[in-house]
Amino acid sequence: MAGKPKLHYTKGRGKMESIRWLLAAAGVEFEEQFIETKEDLEKLRNDGVLLFQQVPMVEIDGMRMVQTRAILSYIAAKYNLYGKDLKERAWIDMYVEGTTDLMGMIMYLPFQPADTKEKNLALIIERATTRYLPVYEKALKDHGQDYLVGNKLSWADIHLLEAILMSEECKPDILSAFPLLQAFKGRISNIPTIKKFLQPGSQRKPPTDEKFVAVVRKIFNI
Amino acid sequence: MSGKPKLHYFNGRGRMEPIRWLLAAAGVEFEESFVEKKDDLTKLQKDGSLLFQQVPMVEIDGMKMVQTRAIANYIATKYNLYGKDLKERALIDMYVEGIFDLNELFMNYEIQPADKKEQHFANMMDKATNRYFPAFEKVLKDHGQDFLVGNQLSRADVQLLEIILMAEECKPDILAKFPLLQSFKARISNIPTIKKYLQPGSQRKPPIQPEEVPKVIAIFH
Repeated sequence: MAGKPKLHYTKGRGKMESIRWLLAAAGVEFEEQFIETKEDLEKLRNDGVLLFQQVPMVEIDGMRMVQTRAILSYIAAKYNLYGKDLKERAWIDMYVEGTTDLMGMIMYLPFQPADTKEKNLALIIERATTRYLPVYEKALKDHGQDYLVGNKLSWADIHLLEAILMSEECKPDILSAFPLLQAFKGRISNIPTIKKFLQPGSQRKPPTDEKFVAVVRKIFNI
Repeated sequence: MSGKPKLHYFNGRGRMEPIRWLLAAAGVEFEESFVEKKDDLTKLQKDGSLLFQQVPMVEIDGMKMVQTRAIANYIATKYNLYGKDLKERALIDMYVEGIFDLNELFMNYEIQPADKKEQHFANMMDKATNRYFPAFEKVLKDHGQDFLVGNQLSRADVQLLEIILMAEECKPDILAKFPLLQSFKARISNIPTIKKYLQPGSQRKPPIQPEEVPKVIAIFH
């Protein structure tokens, strides 16, 4: 109850996981109400609390916010993780959109038909290693600073760490050609709030397995 | 070399059209460099101009910006189309993200294989009339104001008008059950910068013709 944000979603990563990461990194305690059945989702819809009949939905500061990016932008701005001016914001937005695209591919992988999984995994690894990770390695190399933007922790760094860890779940040595990202990973993981989120018992969710895919398909009718 | 923003994309709507709308609504003149064949895209990639090897790309204020939302966010903020505070921004973001989702459906319609087109169309129309338009009709009804957020023009209004017009191209009477959206459409269309953009000869792009689709696919795939 308190003033804590309340997250409405399934008990898995999906589109809510980036929001959990950002709140945790900002040191914000949050509650979760899990959608476990189709009926739970229907109830939220019938209660009129989902602007577009979809989750994620986060109750925060008197609002029922929906749409992942809207929620993330709000949290980032509120907790000073969105740069100091318009230009820094522009860079943060560009970097975050890249990691969103990469994590989106990984998120959908368990839901692909079994006979396309191998091909899709190969595409993810190719995109990660030739399109996305090189960009962030170069950004760090060009300015030599600890953080992606403005020499200060921002949403972009938190999102990149999340993307790196998800990519490593696909291919454990995926950072082998990216020494600066390896150091970045070590550094950002050690930030106290993030270190805490990475420990067992936190609200971080595990990767989606086949069993959970079946649950999600039932809830969302997909 | 003007100070004008320069847009790099193919000569069609796609993901660049919301950006054209925003610049036009803000009264900002812009130039366009069209990607017409795969070589044009490859050249941009080899020049190192595309952060993630993709377009849209907009040269603006000394940056080569990529990613539709990053570009739109920047333009909206720069030209005061993003609300006056964090809460208004939150509402604008929610509305705009819903509109982007609907725009994805429209954008993907033309590239559907023939056997999937009908179902895609039905889904598109269903989402417009049962999910998105009712939400925006209700927003207008609840506060009774002329604009979606904060009683002043924002990117949410511009992007909603854009998607309304796209939906009407598919189904001319799609606003039949939404009287407030009908008057919204007229009102926003009459804003001078937007009115100008809606006239023939502007940089607004037409819907993609079926015969152009293979060419566009060839550039990007």
